[in-house]
Amino acid sequence: MSIQQALAPRQPDEKLNTIIKLAVLAVGGQGGGVLTNWIEATARSQGYACQATSVAGVAQRTGATIYYMEMAPMGEVAPVFSLAPAAGDVDVMIAAEMMEAGRAILRGFVTPDRTTLIASTHRALAVSEKMVPGDGIASSEEVRAAAEVAADKLILFDMDRLAIENGSVISSSLFGALAGSGALPFPRAAFEDAIRASGKGVEASLRAFGAAFERAQNAAVDPAEATKVAPAPATAAPQGPAQLTRKWEALTTRVSALPAPAQEMAQHGLRKVVKFQDVAYGAEYLDRLETIASLDEVGHGYELTVEAAKYIANAMAYDDVIRVADLKTRGARFARIQDEMGAGDRPVALTEFMHPRAEEIAGMLPATMGAKVEANPKTMARLDRWFNKGRHVRTHKLGNFLMLYVLGGLRGYRRRTLRHRYEQEHLTRWLDNVKGAVAQNYAFAVELVRCRRLVKGYSDTHARSLSKFDRVMEGAELVRTREDGADWVARLREAALKDEKGEALDGAIQTVRSFA
Amino acid sequence: MAERSFKKEVEHLRQGKGETFTGEGILAITKALLENGVGYVGGYQGAPISHLMDVLADAEELLGELGVRFEANASEAAAAAMLAASVHYPIRGAVTFKGPVGVNVASDALANLASSGVNGGALIIVGEDYGEGSSIMQERSHPFAMKSQIWLLDPRPSLPSIVKAVGDGFALSEASNTPVMMTVRIRSCHVTGSFECSDNVAPPLTVKDALSNPKKDFNRVVLPPAAFAHEQDKIDNRWPAAEKYIIEHKLNEMFGPSDAKIGLVCQGGMYNGVVRALQRLGLADIYGNSDIPVYCLNVTYPLVSDEFAAFAEGKDAVLVIEEGQPEFIEQTLSTFILRKGLKVRLHGKDMLPMAGEYTGKVMLDGLTAFLKEHGPDLLPGQARAPNQPAPAIPDLSKTVPTRPPGFCTGCPERPIFAAMKLVQEELGEHQITGDIGCHLFACLPPFEVGGSTMGYGLGPASNAAFDGGGEKRAISILGDGGFWHNGLSSSIGNMVFNKSDSVAVIVDNYYSAATGGQDVLSSRADNPTKATQNSISDAVKGIGVKWVRQIDRTYDVTKMRDTLREALTTDEPGPKIIVASSECMLNRQRREKPLRNKAIKDGTRVEVPRFGVDEDICTGDHACIRLSGCPSLSLKKLDDPLRDDPIAHIDQSCVGCGNCGEVADAAVLCPSFYRADVVHNATGFEKWWQGLSTSVIRWLQSRRAAKRLEFPETV
Repeated sequence: MSIQQALAPRQPDEKLNTIIKLAVLAVGGQGGGVLTNWIEATARSQGYACQATSVAGVAQRTGATIYYMEMAPMGEVAPVFSLAPAAGDVDVMIAAEMMEAGRAILRGFVTPDRTTLIASTHRALAVSEKMVPGDGIASSEEVRAAAEVAADKLILFDMDRLAIENGSVISSSLFGALAGSGALPFPRAAFEDAIRASGKGVEASLRAFGAAFERAQNAAVDPAEATKVAPAPATAAPQGPAQLTRKWEALTTRVSALPAPAQEMAQHGLRKVVKFQDVAYGAEYLDRLETIASLDEVGHGYELTVEAAKYIANAMAYDDVIRVADLKTRGARFARIQDEMGAGDRPVALTEFMHPRAEEIAGMLPATMGAKVEANPKTMARLDRWFNKGRHVRTHKLGNFLMLYVLGGLRGYRRRTLRHRYEQEHLTRWLDNVKGAVAQNYAFAVELVRCRRLVKGYSDTHARSLSKFDRVMEGAELVRTREDGADWVARLREAALKDEKGEALDGAIQTVRSFA
Repeated sequence: MAERSFKKEVEHLRQGKGETFTGEGILAITKALLENGVGYVGGYQGAPISHLMDVLADAEELLGELGVRFEANASEAAAAAMLAASVHYPIRGAVTFKGPVGVNVASDALANLASSGVNGGALIIVGEDYGEGSSIMQERSHPFAMKSQIWLLDPRPSLPSIVKAVGDGFALSEASNTPVMMTVRIRSCHVTGSFECSDNVAPPLTVKDALSNPKKDFNRVVLPPAAFAHEQDKIDNRWPAAEKYIIEHKLNEMFGPSDAKIGLVCQGGMYNGVVRALQRLGLADIYGNSDIPVYCLNVTYPLVSDEFAAFAEGKDAVLVIEEGQPEFIEQTLSTFILRKGLKVRLHGKDMLPMAGEYTGKVMLDGLTAFLKEHGPDLLPGQARAPNQPAPAIPDLSKTVPTRPPGFCTGCPERPIFAAMKLVQEELGEHQITGDIGCHLFACLPPFEVGGSTMGYGLGPASNAAFDGGGEKRAISILGDGGFWHNGLSSSIGNMVFNKSDSVAVIVDNYYSAATGGQDVLSSRADNPTKATQNSISDAVKGIGVKWVRQIDRTYDVTKMRDTLREALTTDEPGPKIIVASSECMLNRQRREKPLRNKAIKDGTRVEVPRFGVDEDICTGDHACIRLSGCPSLSLKKLDDPLRDDPIAHIDQSCVGCGNCGEVADAAVLCPSFYRADVVHNATGFEKWWQGLSTSVIRWLQSRRAAKRLEFPETV
């Protein structure tokens, strides 16, 4: 055929439409290779010519990785297939993780004219998401929204969980979802035969395959709400000696007297502080909260009280040695671990990783004595020599358990410790600051309360978080009188949560200084 | 033990005439070598041809039966040097390595080989690591072929073409006394398909036979005056012989009509992509029958001027599709056009991008641009004047996080870099260089350790400018693979000789781990055909390092950190070498997991460790993650309205390596981590004793619970 002839209107080869282009986007180690082999075997068994390729190598080490295949009914000679997916030219896109679905969309592999997108909603978090001191988790909802626009047909549910529930791995459930989607013109039995032929973990794979097949055929897209967990209501009453439960009831009556929007949060807060110390401490919590509530007003929807209910509880239930020892020795914890490890009735040996420093020891001393010790560098150095080393505590052993048990039982003594004094002082300063701001700038006061979120961690991490908190507070002082002061405090706080060293915070403070 | 076993697939290599082979590209290449009577094979692993080395290793039995020698060479240079056997003897030899870094390493041997010329066919199979998934600098192997005059094959990426190219390569090599390089791109190595087999052929002359009848010819030695004669021979005899062979055996292919006004010239490796673009434009059918002539260069060097002229004859314009830069093929074709006074217009990098992979979209856009100018009537209406607006898909570029490769779950290298981060927190930032290998992932978050990589085994050498020392010592990283490849002499020897004051950390994970877990000299496994168990520490001491510290459990972060601190602060003169050894967890799990499962099944007592995080104790600061980055250490959002930030969480994939606990300890982070060892098949006494202490513990727990308010667990 000459080019001149070709100039006449020409019918494109109908057979081109029979090529099915399928890509798998996965995180290295998810079994994308196994899945590819299964699909290939299925296609070949059904008289299709099939070609698969992958980009192996270091990209497989937990990085994003892609598998690609094309298939078409076998003719006289083999069709010419492409070795890589092209944007706008993919019929079936399988994404083995939610952000990989996002990446597929981003790369143009999912288009409304042709693509069936089969994606698992579970998350394997990227390092960049996990490193952030605050909450750096990328939004699955944005990917979901984009998928709904970009895909011609969408199958979206947690295929990882479904695989685990059936004792298998995600490649099986992805394969089941693919079969159930009807995107490939092959019968279910052909897919299952491919699993059987591979000969490894066949029963579990078939179970996960079957479950995913059914899901893909019925309600194929999980509603967004199904993946969110509603907070547990704090209504269940605690158990204990009658005298204590009576006192507890008195406290809950006080909670009922708080502004309605704050009651739920106050209930949670109250539990936390009582669990941390005792009912008297719960009363102190409510004293503080009621003071804040008295300054609050309905016009603002009691936002200040709600936030205070949350952060005063967090501040009062600080993380000291006694709390850690208490939490580590509770019966419910032992049961939970036994369950999480799937240990059944097998013995479980527990090892805790603890590393006390001189500061923690001094903090445990009676306040006056502790302060003296802390003021003396020589004594501190000696304490460090004695105590500052990593301790692997085997809590399932009676002796070690007893040591932690005794420490955890020191709650009655806690109020006399140096650490408690520090925490009380810090709490008072912060709340006074808040109280002083309410009348002048309500939103600003609310933001000051929220800054308590910055205080967390143990040892050095705790010290660093306190210093961040202090710097944000100093920055807040500069904008106290500004109308948009609240926005600036919020910005400072968000900046402080962005990175470990506080570089973003330094930048934000500089900005504030430039105009304040 | 390599990461992937080909034992099962290797059986297919025994297939003979009349049978159809179905499988992966690398297996097809191996089969083709056997069908062409290869006498010896070797190479050095590295993506994309790592698996080719694994296949050869797994096929050693079959190779032995045929009298073929397999050598796992110490480096690409060693592999290329092995081809010297084909200089004097009529034996076909093939080696494989990654390009272009492997070609860089091998270039000395390759240049000498090319100068000497070969008697038996010499084939260098280069895995061209360019474009998506590549882990190296983006360059082409092409200029190495040009500068040393080694013929370069770039076959179409389908199994029959690749298999044919192996045979063509040997024959071309012998016809022109020149070594031949065959490039296969990453996807071609792993592409699946079928081809018709021939019988395997034992080499007519084996290397063993040759040893019995040694030959030498001074004229083949690269020394003047022979070297001058070699160069003349290349131009006067070898080149014309190659051109003749290429034309007569039609190594390059023509597709489509013969009398069109326009045409395409492409590298063989680009062929499928070109056809796909033509298919999308309605200019080719499913079998690749094209309306536009395609001159497919399965040999990209040398280019044959007469063949090109015949193709260009009567055409108005030609588009050259050549991936990567510079555009060597396009430049040569321009010269042909000028010298011959051809009237054809030449397009290439003016319509296709100069750099980067030619993906489906790039190819479609390039061809569309060419057709718009020289054949607008051929284009479908949509491409001529797109009228349908593309649907607006929400932009996810700010949502989707990047996901670069990183250390695996339980990787023993993670604690080394956690320790290094901790030392730097104490002593300040240091000048650190990296090397090639998994340990290079340390330059990414969360570690961000190391700022350069100069080549395999060259980590310490690339710190040489700082060897004189100063207020702070320079640190370099070197892997065990790199150490044996080149590092012992070029890096450590260099440090000793120059009285370096720097610190080098040799990361010993028992394998060439990044390339798929091949054994190296210091591997701990017993390998039936290789000598392993050679100590790195001994080697280092042997060449004169006095300050050597061997760490046999890298997970001990405290010890790791203290040793690093000592190396950075000691008064001892000379190089400070730390050998940090722990087995690659990927390989260890592959080895141990089946054994463990079997032991549990057989009723043997087994402890299975896994780590956990106490939810109430974790404050959600993620400091642990910034010192780890382990895939199994992730985050979890609690349904507690009092908590803002997600907390650390360890999932089921945890292998219990201990890094979390050790880091929490060494960095004094927090007491949230615990290790739970589930005891399978506990002994009777153990169960009795455990029962006893558990009941005491339970009694104590309920005693305390009874005295206070107990809240039902909400989670």
